[in-house]
Amino acid sequence: MKEYKTITEISGPLVFAEVDEPVGYDEIVEIETPNGETKRGQILESEEGVVAIQVFEGTTGIDKNASVRFLGETMKMPVTEDLLGRVLDGSGRPIDGGPEIVPEEREDIVGAAINPYSREYPEEFIQTGVSGIDGMNTLVRGQKLPIFSGSGLPHNELALQVARQATVPEEAAEEGEDASEFAVIFGAMGITAEEANEFMEDFEQTGALERSVVFMNLADDPAVERTVTPRMALTTAEYLAFEKGYHVLVILTDITNYCEALREIGAAREEVPGRRGYPGYMYTDLAQLYERAGRIKGREGSVTQIPILTMPGDDDTHPIPDLTGYITEGQIMLDRGLNSQGVEPPIDVLPSLSRLMDDGIGEGLTREDHADVSDQMYAAYAEGEDLRDLVNIVGREALSERDNKYLDFAERFEEEFVDQGYDTNRSIAETLDIGWELLSTLPKTELNRVDEELIEQYYQDTDSEEAEEVAAD
Amino acid sequence: MSQAQEQETVREDGKIRSVSGPVVQAVDLDARMNDVVYVGDEGLMGEVIEIEGDITTIQVYEETSGVGPGEPVMNTGEPLTVDLGPGLLDSIYDGVQRPLDVLESKMDSAFLDRGVDAPGIELDKHWEFTPEVSAGDEVEPGDIVGTVEETVTIDHKVLVPPTFEGGEVTSVESGDFTVEETVVELDNGEEITMRQEWPVREARPSANKKTPREPLVSGQRILDGLFPIAKGGTAAIPGPFGSGKTVTQHSLAKFADADIIVYVGCGERGNEMTEVIDDFPDLEDPSTGNPLMARTSLIANTSNMPVAARESCVYTGITIAEYYRDMGYDVALMADSTSRWAEAMREISSRLEEMPGEEGYPAYLAARLSEFYERAGYFENINDTEGSISAIGAVSPPGGDFSEPVTQNTLRIVKTFWALDADLAERRHFPAINWNESYSLYQSQLDPWFQENVEQDWPEERQWAVDVLDEEGELQEIVQLVGKDALPEDQQLTLEVARYLREGYLQQNAFNPTDMYCPPAKTYAILTAIHKFNDEAFRALEAGVPVDEIADIEAAPRLNRIATQEDWEEYVAELKDTIETQLREKY
Ligand SMILES: Nc1ncnc2c1ncn2[C@@H]1O[C@H](COP(=O)(O)OP(=O)(O)OP(=O)(O)O)[C@@H](O)[C@H]1O
Ligand SMILES: [Mg+2]
Repeated sequence: MKEYKTITEISGPLVFAEVDEPVGYDEIVEIETPNGETKRGQILESEEGVVAIQVFEGTTGIDKNASVRFLGETMKMPVTEDLLGRVLDGSGRPIDGGPEIVPEEREDIVGAAINPYSREYPEEFIQTGVSGIDGMNTLVRGQKLPIFSGSGLPHNELALQVARQATVPEEAAEEGEDASEFAVIFGAMGITAEEANEFMEDFEQTGALERSVVFMNLADDPAVERTVTPRMALTTAEYLAFEKGYHVLVILTDITNYCEALREIGAAREEVPGRRGYPGYMYTDLAQLYERAGRIKGREGSVTQIPILTMPGDDDTHPIPDLTGYITEGQIMLDRGLNSQGVEPPIDVLPSLSRLMDDGIGEGLTREDHADVSDQMYAAYAEGEDLRDLVNIVGREALSERDNKYLDFAERFEEEFVDQGYDTNRSIAETLDIGWELLSTLPKTELNRVDEELIEQYYQDTDSEEAEEVAAD
Repeated sequence: MSQAQEQETVREDGKIRSVSGPVVQAVDLDARMNDVVYVGDEGLMGEVIEIEGDITTIQVYEETSGVGPGEPVMNTGEPLTVDLGPGLLDSIYDGVQRPLDVLESKMDSAFLDRGVDAPGIELDKHWEFTPEVSAGDEVEPGDIVGTVEETVTIDHKVLVPPTFEGGEVTSVESGDFTVEETVVELDNGEEITMRQEWPVREARPSANKKTPREPLVSGQRILDGLFPIAKGGTAAIPGPFGSGKTVTQHSLAKFADADIIVYVGCGERGNEMTEVIDDFPDLEDPSTGNPLMARTSLIANTSNMPVAARESCVYTGITIAEYYRDMGYDVALMADSTSRWAEAMREISSRLEEMPGEEGYPAYLAARLSEFYERAGYFENINDTEGSISAIGAVSPPGGDFSEPVTQNTLRIVKTFWALDADLAERRHFPAINWNESYSLYQSQLDPWFQENVEQDWPEERQWAVDVLDEEGELQEIVQLVGKDALPEDQQLTLEVARYLREGYLQQNAFNPTDMYCPPAKTYAILTAIHKFNDEAFRALEAGVPVDEIADIEAAPRLNRIATQEDWEEYVAELKDTIETQLREKY
């Protein structure tokens, strides 16, 4: 392999070098600094005679005397089932002191798109044990459902709870299993060492590490490396799911750091920036990550994604949550207000959504009343929430009896339905039963989104009379 | 996309000079603008988008990883075309009309590989051709020379290609043929087959555009009832993520009373296309009872597929739509989402370092959008048949802000505006179409149809509903300040009526097997039932019955259940009577 000492320019994460042979776009480059350190990079633009290289580990230490080698192939991830239980750095190299990884295959990390014709529509209910998700925003196998959070909010706790508790009840019952049957791929991008420890400790304590592969790019690791970490993670996930038949849950955190890295590279390339300085192709780039979730016809496994992102300024119209929401199949929204009220997990169900819910729930899947219950609770909670503003102005007394019931409903919904703590694992039946308990505080005639037969079956009459009395005094 | 084009002018091949994502520059290539080229050793499909001196810029429809300078570029000498002929229906294509099912088997993989091409329609399949001309007849470009039963629903008309001269028929075949075999021959030597090609960026010719006067009945209450679109009309459906663009587009594709549906999934989710592929074969077309796929052609360029093909997919779609229009059919085309198409233009434009316009979009954004929507309309075809293309584009504005360029430029062109609203979606008021912001400029020209086919007072009933909803809007502002109980009783009653309009009439659950499709007669019936309640309630109020008692009658909440009744005619008749009885009992 030819070595070049032809670097002409170094700018931010980019290096430009002259070449006398053609180099393929996207291919991998190794750069050896004068003090012997080897850094890896990727071809961003290839012209006759000159290439632009994006360096993953940062350009510190590179000078014009550094030597450049072109490996003649695009970035690959060595994959094998033996990766389970291992901890790797953000570019896929082991950092757990374990044995060297002997790959079964080396897969291109820029995964090819799944042919939409070959997909299988995801519709198997995953019970996370969290009412705010299972009852109102149901997750299914093969879905991509991000957590939209803010800095300082307990998104990690929620993600860990889901990773611990997630099961597919039907299969668990058949096979007599009760533990989670998901393999977990954890891709950390620019998170703090402290956060990383939180995850690692939980994985170790619960024994989850054995069925996990951890990719760690921490806050003080090079930012550009963050652009490969999720691709490494997803390539591993696809291999385990579609070659080895695992049901894989991929947790990616924090997508915001990933996007910052994209922005940095874009700026270094002097590209015309899009909204708020992020590259115009960020939608496409994010889609190439998120769309790697799914199921494939005739294959056993599945890739379910729970990306976590912190919304800058808690603003869901910021390009990072906005573009994400346009690609993912819904979102779980955490709320600062609920968090300070002590609601655990502080899921705000109103702006949350699971688009794959409709096909994943109902008779034979969860329970026949699921859709109606969740629909009605949405409407009732929204109404109660609205009234809160009014109450602040006119006071409770000025409101009708009906309005007061909705206010009570909203309160109990947060305290009893959403607030369950991070250690409570509720079955879907428990979740729906709590739902009925709350709905039964409203008069039957208000439940216009619930089938009349279901009202007959589940509505708890006595409770409602009591509630009426309470509201009356 | 067709492969059978090598016979064209032989042109000189070039070689790659530079590669940057989907944009490749070549030197020494003898090419015209928009020629299709095959790039690199793997022969990736691309299109010429700029020529400057010896440098030709190409947008590549496939991933370019590993492609490097020096590799060859081969010119086909032809623009990007689609294959037109029987077999377009009941199929699913990528953005350059490669059938995705064929790709799956050719690539032997569930993942999309590179450098594999396939014709848009099956070349070796036999179709039964029934001629409609005989030797000695004169035919002109566009004329129908025969038919083929393409699906159970659709008779495919075989047309004289618009590029032919036409002349006297010298020989006619009848029976089973492939799409490449000649079925009709003309005296000037022109040979007509069941397959023709058309360049996607060029509109197929038509004789005349006419004013549309028939609604595209959608089976969606708020659309048919308040904001109807015409057959041959244009509509935009903008909204933030999760507000219901795709669900609405899917409902239209399922239930709109068009003959042909072309559904373009442009830069959106893979699973949404899978859902269509799974659902449509099992769903019945409400007008024929046949499987929906039998009238549908799908184009899927999902968000993770190459961005250049996202730019081309809407053109592929509209060209297929025009072809069926030429046969005299009413075609409805849905594009979800046109914003992704616009962004693809932006991405390519910025790689070309063109001067950016507003928000980085190229200056030609507005022109491209209007060219596209102009290809919709109610047409008199060159063969004297009439056909229509209704175009409905979803728009995905960043941050849900409608002031951005794609929404604004679209609104300047389209005549129907269905504004989705995040607030309504959050409270699960679906479809989350905001009734204050939305409009249809077709309303008055479509009223006569509704009067004739549903009920004479259709416009008056609609106006009544609009007035009540308007009044509610004003009253709500007061309620926000003082609470509902502070309002006079008649206004409280108006709020009650408006609530039934919102919950029983405007809301429609796309997943409820009964409610997902609502024929106009039922739309009208629900409205009149609520109107009946309104009239009886105000009479009771005048007679001194307190508003709480009126609102509490047992029958009222049933207004919200009409939508889900199979036998709604009886239900409405009975409900109107009960409401009358229960209210009149009170005074
Ligand atoms: N008419 C309807 N009936 C019932 N539910 C609906 C309806 N319209 C929308 N929804 C609900 O809203 C969700 C989001 O709708 P949809 O996927 O159409 O949004 P979208 O506007 O296309 O979003 P995006 O821009 O992200 O693609 C659906 O998954 C469904 O739960
Ligand atoms: Mg959508």
